[in-house]
Amino acid sequence: MPLAHTATSVPVTVNDDLCIADKGCTVCVDVCPLDVLRIAVKDDGTKTAYMKYDECWYCMPCEADCPTDAVTVNLPFLLR
Amino acid sequence: MDQILDGTDQIDCDILVIGGGTAGPMAALKAKRKNPEANVVLLEKAHVKRSGAISMGMDGLNNSVIPGYATPEQYTKEITIANDGIVDQAPIYRYAEECYGIIQELDQFGIRFQKDQNGEYDVKKVHHIGTYVLPMPNGDTVKKALYRQLRKARISISNRYMATRLLTGEGRVAGAICANTRSAEFLVIRAKAVIMCLGAAGRLGLPTSGYLYGTYENPTNSGEGYSMAYHAGAGLANLECYQINPLIKDYNGPACAYVAGPMGGYTANSAGDRFIECDYWSGQMMQEFYDELQGGKGPVYLKLNHLAEETVAEIERVLHIVERPTRGHFHAGRGTDYRKQMIEMHISEIGFCSGHSASGVFVDENAKTTLDGLYAAGDMANVPHNYMLGAFTNGAIAGTEAIDFIKDVDFAPFDMGEVEKERDRVLAPTKRDDGIPPNQIEYKTRRLVNDYLQPPKVTAKMMTAQTRFEEVRHAMETEMYVKDSHELMRALEASSVMDCADMAASASLYRTESRWGLYHNRVEYAQNDEDWFCHTIMTKGEDGKPSSRKQDVKPYIVEIDEDEKGAYANQRVTSETVAAE
Repeated sequence: MPLAHTATSVPVTVNDDLCIADKGCTVCVDVCPLDVLRIAVKDDGTKTAYMKYDECWYCMPCEADCPTDAVTVNLPFLLR
Repeated sequence: MDQILDGTDQIDCDILVIGGGTAGPMAALKAKRKNPEANVVLLEKAHVKRSGAISMGMDGLNNSVIPGYATPEQYTKEITIANDGIVDQAPIYRYAEECYGIIQELDQFGIRFQKDQNGEYDVKKVHHIGTYVLPMPNGDTVKKALYRQLRKARISISNRYMATRLLTGEGRVAGAICANTRSAEFLVIRAKAVIMCLGAAGRLGLPTSGYLYGTYENPTNSGEGYSMAYHAGAGLANLECYQINPLIKDYNGPACAYVAGPMGGYTANSAGDRFIECDYWSGQMMQEFYDELQGGKGPVYLKLNHLAEETVAEIERVLHIVERPTRGHFHAGRGTDYRKQMIEMHISEIGFCSGHSASGVFVDENAKTTLDGLYAAGDMANVPHNYMLGAFTNGAIAGTEAIDFIKDVDFAPFDMGEVEKERDRVLAPTKRDDGIPPNQIEYKTRRLVNDYLQPPKVTAKMMTAQTRFEEVRHAMETEMYVKDSHELMRALEASSVMDCADMAASASLYRTESRWGLYHNRVEYAQNDEDWFCHTIMTKGEDGKPSSRKQDVKPYIVEIDEDEKGAYANQRVTSETVAAE
């Protein structure tokens, strides 16, 4: 029973230009009550935060606690 | 991160507090303050800084009993009537007596409460009888303030550990088995007492959007507390008294008509008319709400568009900054504005939560469950209508009581075979090469909850649910498949959701009457005080399935007069009420 990869638009977006994950920041990953954010390595080798798991409550600690205002929480399309 | 590692550690502590949301931190603090020598561990599956129902704070206290505004007698009476009389009053009375001390303590932590021009608490009347609602102007700082206190008190915090089962021995609690949410490594914690503060079962029904996490409650609260207490043999009370809440449709966050109420806002039907007398929640209020939704005058709305600009701006300030701050984004996206139109409301999916209803792990006035050494507080413990201040106050009670309990006891022995059995259960989905992902197991369980358990409750439908749950449970136990430790956490949550669904069906079938308005509207049976003025207590039966029994309601401490009993029974606005306004 193979598993499919189905595309989903996720609520949390990160502005790579502002994100300082490359400097070791993991604030948004740490504060998410559902633990859905992770740090990715981009093609150029630098790091940025992203939403890995589509399990968001759109509650906002990631956006509120980000030291550089890089994170935006949108409402999931199904609820909008 | 997230890879599955093999390993089991063991640590010992005096008191293990499971859940770092609201009740948990207060329980840990109070225990440590009472005995600074005690080794207190606070366990949390996310990070204590921002975990639980109040991760973004809270807009106010729904149930403050402040001298000069309300008395413990009055509050106890109010909550007794709002729950059709099926309450043991002692825990409610103790809460009412002790919550003012907690308010003062929170004030010292830097959490401010609204005061009027004379410097007195600005308490608002929302309930039928008394005055208990107190706004919190900097309610967004609650979690930060708590975290500072935990650090100051040097509480040992274990983030990213999820408890999966309690350990017992010699008829009392012996500790807990935990799995790391980012590595799947096991941790066995031996403890002389355990305080469970794991929140509501918020992922029981499925929101109509179909989005698994678009729940009313914080979806991280997925019913582990109920499930673990059940498997450990503790009793759970009145689980047929579901939680159903009024909310902003689709957004699924609280409408907070009780915040807007004292400022002139109210719940209206499509004609813009008021149809319930009071916006304070009770089963009967929810029944009227449901009838209006289903009737010709639906949908139901939050009506603020008759209010002055300053008033609307103030309501927005409160509702859009704390608790659920994306509410403002939601309205902006929809192009809805409180000033211009009424906002469509709906009712939530079903859940278990004593915070707003009356079900949960049975506790007495000392926050003690029916299992020795095991305490429970907050949304999972059955002190009715406990809300945030109840979680803090009962958490404090649990912490101090547990410190007294451990004075005379050592660790209870437990069977290492139980740990091995639990490892096999937990890790089974990691041992398969292929199968069904946890989100599909969970979706199916919750879709069946909606189809067959949601009130109005019908016997044949609930029995169908039981049959279908068995099929899904079988698939969960034999076919569930996870790729990493994060998915393993979701698999464990799916298992708690399944346990709660089983308990909801079984408890509802046991009580053959209707009670608490919509919460247990069992259409084939009317209310029947003679046979059913009692609690129902569920435990895990010999056959491994839920088993229920009746338990007497303890004699009242505060008597209720005959003419007061109806205060919450008649909620619908009549022509006489309108004329009296």
